[in-house]
Order: sequence, then C-alpha cells, then structure tokens
Amino acid sequence: MQAFEFASPTSVKEALGLLGAQFSDAQLLAGGTDQISLLKERLHHPKRVVSLRNVKELHGIKKTGGGIRIGAMATVDEVMESSLVRAEYPSLVQAARGIASPQIRNMGTMGGDLCQRTRCWYYRNHLGLLAMKDGKSLVAEGQNEYHAIFGNSGPAKFVSASSFGPALVALGATVTVVSPSGSRSMKVADLFHTPKERGERETVLKSNEIITEILVPSARGVKNATYEVRQKQALDWPLVAASVALTMKGNSVGSAMVVLGHVAPTPHMASAAASMLSGKSITEDVAAQAGAAAAQGATPLSGNTYKVDLVKVAVKRALLAAVGA
Amino acid sequence: MSSKKEPEVHSTRGAASGNESRGGFSRRGFLRGAGVTSGVLGGGLLEQQEAEAAPPPSVIGPGETTISLNVNGKAVKVTVEPRTTLLDALRERLEITGAKRVCDRGTCGACTVMVDGKVMYGCTVLAIDAQGRKIETMESLSMGSKPHPLIQAFVDNDGMQCGYCTPGFVMASKGFLDRNPNPTYDQVKEGLGGNLCRCGTYVGVRKAVLQAAKDLKGGRNA
Amino acid sequence: MPDYKYPPMESRKLMGRRISRVDGPQKAAGKAKYNSDVRPAGTVHGAILHSPHAHCRIKSIDTADAQKIAGVTAVRVIAKPGTEIQWTNQEIASVAARTEEIARDAVRAIKVEYEILPHLVREDRLDKVGSRAKPAGEVVTGDPEEAFKMADVTHEGDYGIPVITHCCLEPHGQTVAWSGDKVEFWPSTQNVSAVGDDLAKGLEIPAANVHTHMDYIGGGFGSKFQSDLWGQEAARLSKESGGKPVKLYLDRAPELTIAGVRPSVYAKVKLAAKKDGTLVAWDSLTWMTGGFGGGGLNADLLPYVFRNVPNRRINHTAVSVNSGGSRAWRAPNHPQVSYVTCAALEDLAAKLDMDPYDLFMKNLELTARPEVYKSQLSQAADMIGWKKNWHPRGDKTKGPIKRGLGLGIGTWGGAGHASQCRAKIHPDGSVEVELGTQDLGTGTRTVIMQVAAETLGLPFNAVKLTIGDNSLPRSGASGGSTTVGGVSASTRIATSNALEKLFEAVAPGLGSDKDGLEAVDGKIQVKGNPSKSLTWKQACAKLGVTTISEEGRHDPRNPRGLSTLGVGGIQMADVSVDVETGVVRINKVVAVQDVGLVVNPKLADSQVHGGIIMGVCGALMEERVMDEMSGKCLNADMEFYKLAGIADIGEIEVKMDITPDHDSRGVIGLGEPSTIPTIAAIANAAANAIGVRVPTLPLTPRNVLDALAGRRMA
Repeated sequence: MQAFEFASPTSVKEALGLLGAQFSDAQLLAGGTDQISLLKERLHHPKRVVSLRNVKELHGIKKTGGGIRIGAMATVDEVMESSLVRAEYPSLVQAARGIASPQIRNMGTMGGDLCQRTRCWYYRNHLGLLAMKDGKSLVAEGQNEYHAIFGNSGPAKFVSASSFGPALVALGATVTVVSPSGSRSMKVADLFHTPKERGERETVLKSNEIITEILVPSARGVKNATYEVRQKQALDWPLVAASVALTMKGNSVGSAMVVLGHVAPTPHMASAAASMLSGKSITEDVAAQAGAAAAQGATPLSGNTYKVDLVKVAVKRALLAAVGA
Repeated sequence: MSSKKEPEVHSTRGAASGNESRGGFSRRGFLRGAGVTSGVLGGGLLEQQEAEAAPPPSVIGPGETTISLNVNGKAVKVTVEPRTTLLDALRERLEITGAKRVCDRGTCGACTVMVDGKVMYGCTVLAIDAQGRKIETMESLSMGSKPHPLIQAFVDNDGMQCGYCTPGFVMASKGFLDRNPNPTYDQVKEGLGGNLCRCGTYVGVRKAVLQAAKDLKGGRNA
Repeated sequence: MPDYKYPPMESRKLMGRRISRVDGPQKAAGKAKYNSDVRPAGTVHGAILHSPHAHCRIKSIDTADAQKIAGVTAVRVIAKPGTEIQWTNQEIASVAARTEEIARDAVRAIKVEYEILPHLVREDRLDKVGSRAKPAGEVVTGDPEEAFKMADVTHEGDYGIPVITHCCLEPHGQTVAWSGDKVEFWPSTQNVSAVGDDLAKGLEIPAANVHTHMDYIGGGFGSKFQSDLWGQEAARLSKESGGKPVKLYLDRAPELTIAGVRPSVYAKVKLAAKKDGTLVAWDSLTWMTGGFGGGGLNADLLPYVFRNVPNRRINHTAVSVNSGGSRAWRAPNHPQVSYVTCAALEDLAAKLDMDPYDLFMKNLELTARPEVYKSQLSQAADMIGWKKNWHPRGDKTKGPIKRGLGLGIGTWGGAGHASQCRAKIHPDGSVEVELGTQDLGTGTRTVIMQVAAETLGLPFNAVKLTIGDNSLPRSGASGGSTTVGGVSASTRIATSNALEKLFEAVAPGLGSDKDGLEAVDGKIQVKGNPSKSLTWKQACAKLGVTTISEEGRHDPRNPRGLSTLGVGGIQMADVSVDVETGVVRINKVVAVQDVGLVVNPKLADSQVHGGIIMGVCGALMEERVMDEMSGKCLNADMEFYKLAGIADIGEIEVKMDITPDHDSRGVIGLGEPSTIPTIAAIANAAANAIGVRVPTLPLTPRNVLDALAGRRMA
C-alpha cells in the first residue's frame, strides 16, 4: 500500500468534503473486501482513504413507500438475513448467499458490491483494465476463460464482478448518488459502464460521488430468482449468473427481466429471452428455450465458449427456481 | 436458521445494545483515534448531537499514529500507519500471533478474527478503522477459566496437521456456532466455507465442529 | 546388544494406538509459535524487489532513493547490471527497514532499468516451444513396433496435467540474526538439522556458527529444504543492519511463482492389448516443464506400476520456460504418471468393453507386488460398492447429473532416512528424548513419544521430547516420506540403549543380569516375574548422580528390520458430474494403503485424508495459469489459484492395510503414497460418468464442457 491519510466522517456531507477531483486524491472505504486488496496491489493509490463505516445514514435496510431502501453500507450478511429482503426478493438473498464466504458477507457491503473493480486477472496483474499491449488485446487470444462473451467487441473484455447488480437490474432498482453539487437517482443498469478508453472505469461514478442507498421497488407478485454457476461451493466467483424477475398474469408471464452476470463488462440484459417469455407459463421446455434465447448473439473469445453453455443452464435454472419448479 | 437479530431498524441498534462498539459507528472511538481529548465530549450528549456539533473530522496520517484498540476485552495502545492492517497490527506490533497471514487478500481465512461479534478477515481490515470495535482473536478462547470446547474438539478429531490454518478455522467455527448452535453436517460445510487448508484436514474439522456444538450444549464450558 | 526389533503387534501398549497428536492443544489454541510468528527484540523487516518481467537484463539499478527513506536499515543489490533475469519475480534487490510498510516503500523506491528479452512461459503445445525443447532420447524395451502390429486392440490418447504449486500456507522465509560470527536462524524448513549448513555455505561461514530453531512449520510439501537465496539475503541484511534480526517472508505471489512448483506432464500414449485385456505394449511421448531449469520428470516410470509390460517405448522432452523452478512436490513424478497410466488403461478398458477393475486385475503380474494390489483392489471395491455401482462408460440415467466410478494406483518407497536420537534417563526418573528432526504436521512428535515410551515401558506423557534445533542429534530432512521410519528407528535404538544401561545399573539388586530384565508398565522387572521388580522411579534412583545419555543411530543401509522400502495403494472415486454446468462433485473417495507398521492409526488416517484432499484439489481445480503475451503468472494468489474448501471434498474412507505381514516390515512413510492415486481415480470416475475423457486436467467446468462438446482446448 502507498501511504495515505485516513478520515472517518460521520455524515455524508463530511464525507463529500473529504473527496477530491480525482480517484488518486481520495478513495472511499466501505467493507474493504476489495478496496484493501486494491490498495495493497497499488492498483488504487490515493492520497486519502475515507471510511464510511461511521456514517450512520448509509446503514440499514428499511421499508419505503414503494419497496425497500438498502443503505449502501448495509452488509451482504444483513441483506441475506433481512426479513424485508427475504419476504419479496429471493433473487437478492440467493445472490448474497453466493458471495464468497461468511467473513466476506460480514464485511462486504451492498454499495461496495456495486462499486468493486473487476476481478480480471490481467487488470489485477497490472496489465490494465483494457489489458492492451502494443495496441493488441492480451485477452482476446490469451487466458480468457473467465472473460466476457457479450459486450466484448470493444477494448473491454473483462466481466463485471458485481453479485447484486444483475438481480437489482432485473428488479428495476435505482441507486441514489450524491456529490457536492447534489443528489441524483439512476437505474442500477445505468450505473454500470463499459469503458472504451483508458482512464474510464466500470461505473459512471466520479471520484467525488457516493452511493448512499439502493431503492428496490416492491416485488410483491414478481417471481424472482438468481442462479449462479460456480465450481467451488464457497470462496469462488460465479462463472455465469442469471437473475430473473417475472411479473405474472395468473400462471403465465406478463413481463420478464432476464439479466446475466459475469458474462459482460456490465450486467447484461438478455432481452430476447425476456421477450420470448411473455405470455408463457414457465415449464422446463420454456425455460430451456429462454436459456437458448439468452445465449444468442454471444461472441465468445478463444477459450470461453463454454460460458455460452453456462448461460443457457443458468437462465433455465433461474427461471425454474423463480416459479418454484 | 439463524438466531441473529434483524438489522432493519439500524439507527436504534447501537443505542439499544448499550454497547458503544456494537454498531461500529462510535463517535467517541473515532475522536479518540483522531487525537481529540475526551474532555471535548460532554458526558451526557447523545451521539446524534455530537455528530451535529462536531467540527469536520480530522484527517490522520499518512505517518504513524498511536491508536487504541479493544482487543480481547482490553484497551491496548498501538502505533500504526493508517495503511496498517488489523492483522499486521496484531501480529507485528502486539505480538498476538494466533491469526496468520497467508493470502493477505481476504481469500483464505487464516487471519480470521471476530469484530463486533462477527467473523472477518483481519488482513482486510485497517487497524485504524477498527477503533471502537470489539476485536476478539484466537487467544480469547483460552482466556476463560476453561478453554473453549472447540479447542479440545479440534484435538480429539485431529482437525489439523501443520496447524497454520487451524486458528482461523477455530475462530470461524466459533463465529459459526455462535449463530448456529445446532448445526447439521451440511450446515457445517457451508458455514466454514471461508477458510482454506492445504494439508487436507477438513474431515477432522467437520467432526470437530459437530462435537463442539454438542459439548457446548452439554454445558461443558458452562 | 539390545534387540532393537519393535515389540510384536499383540504386546504393544502405545505403538499402534490412536493417540491424539501431542502438540494438538498448542496448535488448536493458536499458541503454537511458528517461525513466522517469531519476533526477537529489535526485529526489522526485510522485503524483496522482484522482477516484473519474465526475461530481461538489468541495465541499471539505483538504490539511492531507497537508502534515504527514514527507517531503512539496509539496501542490497542482488542482480547487478548485466544480470540476465530468467523468470518473473526473480530477485533483484532487498531491503530491511524498521517496519514492513517502510521496507515495501523502499523496495518501490529502487529504480531499475530493464532490457526486455523474448520469453516463453507456456509448454502445453510442444509444437510452439521451438528450441526450448530438450528431448531426453528414446528408451525401448522389447519390440514395441511388432507388438502394436500384432495386437488385438490398440488405444491412443492425449493426457495432460498442468503445473501446480505447493501453496504452503506459511510462506517461505525466516527470521535471521547475523551478529559477530554467530547466526541465529529461524526458518520455515523441512530440514532442521541441515538447512543451517546450507545457509552457512551461502554465507561462507562455518556451519557450526549457525544455530537453527524451529518448533512448527506451516506446510512444506517438498519445497522447504534449502536456506534459499532469500534466507541468505535476510542474513546479509541483518549483518548490514548492525546484527538486528531480519524477518523476511515471501508475499503470496512470489510464494506461488518462485518457491517451487510441481512439473506438468503432457502425454501422447499408445497402448496395445490382447482381447482379454492383457497389456502387451506401451508407447508414450511425454513432455513437461519444471521451469527454467527444465528437468523434473522421470518418464522411465511409465507405464506406472505396470512397468514390466514386455514392450515399451518411452520418449520424453523437458521444456525450459521462463518461470520459477520446480521443487519436490509430495511424491515427485508419481501423481502425474499415475494419472497418465491409469487414464490410458481405463480408456483401453472402455474400448475393450471391459470393467477397468478386471483389466487392472488381469495385468497385476506386470507390477512389483501383485498380491498386495490384488487384495487392495478387492478391499477398495467392497468399500465403494464397485461391483454394484460400476457401469460401462457414460451414465445413462436421465437428467443432467451423471455419476461414475474410477480407480487409481500408487506405489512409493518410504524407507526411513538417516537419523540420530539421544535418550536420557535421569536419576529422578524423568526421560528426555532429543532429535534434530521436525514435525511437519504429520505427527512426528507424537510417534517418537509413542516409540520411546513403548520401549521404556512408560506412559506416553512420561517422555519429554525436544526436536527442532540443529544442536540436537542430527536427523534427516522430512522429504519422501522418510521421516517416520527414520525417527522411529533411531528413537527405538537410543531408548533401547539407554534402557540397557538402566538394566545394567539395577540388575544386581534384582538378582539378575541385564539381559534377564524387562521394562513393563512403569516397572523394571525380571522377565515374566512381576514379583521381582522395581518401580521406574526406584530403578532410576539407583543411578545416583549420573544421568544415562545414550545415542541411537538409524542407518538406512542397515535398517535392522525397523524400516523397509516399498508400499502400494489403491484408491477409488465416486463422482457426480452436472453435464449442463460441467461441475464435478466428489461423492466419495476410498483408499486402501499398505504402509508397514502403523505407529499411530489416527494420525495415519489424517495423512491419507490429506493426501486425498490434495489429490481432489489437483484433479478438480489446481492449475498455474501462465500468459504467453505478458509472460505473467495470472493466478499467483489464492483467489484464482484454487484450492478445495471444506464442502468440495466429498466423503473420504480410509483403510490401512494392516496385516501381520505388512506390520513385520517395520515403519514406512505414508505422506507421499496417499496422494498418488487420487487424481487418476477422480479423472477416471468423471470419464466413467460422462462417457468421454477430459484429456487435460483439472476438471474445471470449462474443461469438462469442452470435452463434452468436442471442443479443442484453447
């Protein structure tokens, strides 16, 4: 770690005052599960680290008029154990349960999950987020088994590491972001960004912005689930994840959201799968067809065609889980 | 499945518990770390009022600073840099060496400690950010009148070989049993997923945790 | 001369009992002090500047800024300008400073100019390694060409198993203090008695000037025998820091890249057999890398265990790549060649529509111990329900979960190494046993105490044992499963010698001569006559003021029946494969292992569990991933260098093949043999489940799905 100064504000206002115009001025510290490693690797090398631990207003999970509010500092474990979350959002509970380990779930936060950097091993080995060498992608013909099969036509070939992202996108959640100039709200889907040039990051957040909360609309009557394919039972990243949210009309699907994780630089909307589901009731066959539709248009790299197979099964199993089949 | 409290109404949690460190956002702990004397604080002030009345928070470092940590029930002073991890503060400054440094990236569990009653990776917490929180290390399990039943259970079931991962496993088991006093075999496997062993001692560890659960219920440590 | 033979099975009181490991309470309570926990007063921290490039030349190096940082006590250049660096993370310079944070800053402040040179870091495609291939020449027995021509059936297959690392949890390193002409050395080592000699040689000082201490080690697996460059460097940093102790341990990334790996093996195998499964010929082309030095595989072991196949052609090529070198890795060579052989044999069986169990049975005459394997195959088959559960290749059950069985075979030497032991009997009755050995977590301490107490007729806890110091009588390094045989023998000899001295002292008083006495149940008595006896304490009191101090030496060339060479083992695996996700789950692994006299079955079981679990890791997930374009190891961490967790290993059932016959062979090591057959058994079980061979390990979802879809590996 590069030496840094440390501050632990107690309000969002104070915290904002401690941030700078560049990420190299100051970095936020939430649960630390990613940030501390990034600091140790000097992938992040800020002059100042601002801990959000003591900012009360960022904590907690509570009911709101139209759904729930999850504070950015709510831990993964709190999300997983929350009766409010459990009541309506199995897809969030399942996504939380898949996260690494009890220790990580006790430390990591909802906001941190959304803002964590990619696990791309080229990035982590100091070869850059876009992993270019002499104008050529290291990833395309390199060791890309964990890399993108969608949204990879540009220089970014990594996958978004967020576990909650796909589920939140499927549920139509929004985030509230504050900056010194005020507060804005955006769809979780719009938070994520596929960088095109050096210097861009995986989210649209600027160095002086803080996610304060995630607002998840009520999912009463919305069948939802997350299914992750992971080799190990713990301490392992999903190879592919699928989150689905189905607004039901009786036994058949009214409208559907199918969102994939770990297949693209952002959570990836499988629109073809979503639209083919409308009007259908979920059977094994329909779920498999949706899986196949979700995999359409994939552009695997030299060594990750298997992820196309995984998209099919993840979507199928997420749909079947959502309807309790 | 879990006996854990619901976290919904978060703002009352720290106050309700009557435990300064419980909620992890103790104003007093922070100010102490920032070098502000406790005389500044009116004893009767509510935390909320303190926050509103306080000046902007001090920025500490980047050089060495002396902080106070609550380790195994004792307040200890330790000189660290802001970048010093809790694990390194324990091992290299306080000579509390039960927790081990293995991956140093929060992926193996050898450094497992409890912070405010929850298992965490000590390598991935900043010491300075652990002020005002209750830190329990492996050593705390031997501090009572009798060692914690987990220790004997690990011995009885040979849940160790080289032993380097063992303290982390024992702490993770403690955290697990605190939340799941009546675990099934499958729950043990899920609950201890945050720790890795290279010698291959998992067979003994599984049995040890089940034995300890029984022993704890039987009041062997009562 | 005393009879050193171990007492017969039926009369043993402590040997053969399931005693808990004696250092268990220390370890389980976190009180065991590893050398990475040791911090003598005044300790400063060492850190190393590692090469960021796989192949380069040092053009210039400037340490001025590092020297200026407050708290830095020494800065040393390891690779002077002009030095050619041959692998990533090779050592360039070292630093010592008051805190680790400062030492890391100082490392960052060293300015190095590199001239980048071309590299090769991957060996999996032999056609792409060019001049880095070093063919070893061909070995031929019989007439393989003719045999293949005449054979009823032949099989050809490709098999691969990548480089894996040791991934010791306690990284390589040490604390060392070099003050005046004395060096105090606290390394993490498998070689307490001799690692200091190695350090002394590097430092060009007399070996007697190095004092080595080590109570506990956090894993070695074959990678911690030497003092290593970083050990010597830490000593020099100490000297340059005015003799302050320097603590220097490798970070995880260098630990996984420069502190030893297991060589890969890739193989093109041809087999020929008769219709009834009798193997007639083997032909293999293998290649591998052990790092920049190449080397590291003995292909002449092929076909593994079935080596007496009449016709054999062996071609082997070592590939030198720009990566850190290989080191002994638990059972060097064997897991890889076991996999290549057993996979090819099961594939041949599939081609013959034969149960591989029958094919193995059919060919046992080609092995060195047909009777042992025959019995073990049958025992293992019973344990896993082979006859009932085995099905021809490809589980035809509906649904995505396919289940299969597979088997693997192993053999190992494991005879005891040279070892010296000192046994002392004090007039107050206390007993000390001292050896310069180490307990890797295998249970060495416990076993020594069992043998000593057994010999002296005392309770287990009556023996005070000291190990882990090079001023004690020398004992061999712990490698190759040689420790238990060696230390058991030297302990038996030393304690027998000491006991004889005690007999000499008390015999007259008991109206006997020394040969007429025995030590039983805490008494010295006339053989078979408890009425003529002294308690242990009374007997020792007869020593007056003199302590008995006797040495015992185990010489492997004259093992006196205390240890012998050569064991066999069979393992079988039951796995389930989800053919939609490619995820392989272990249901169960069973092991039958012969290992001579088992001193402590509880700890022996743990050794086998450990061997199997390491095999599970190797079969399912372990793989060092090298990137050719950048020359980097991409997974030098514990996140993507994957090890199985507690939920990933299935159930394990172990049967020690304890028979009077095996027992009479003395004490033989177990660490290596138990890990050999696992990978083969699991890989074969997966092939049996899904109906196709996954040629290259590990059995990751990618490799499984690619094999199912017939995709070529990238």
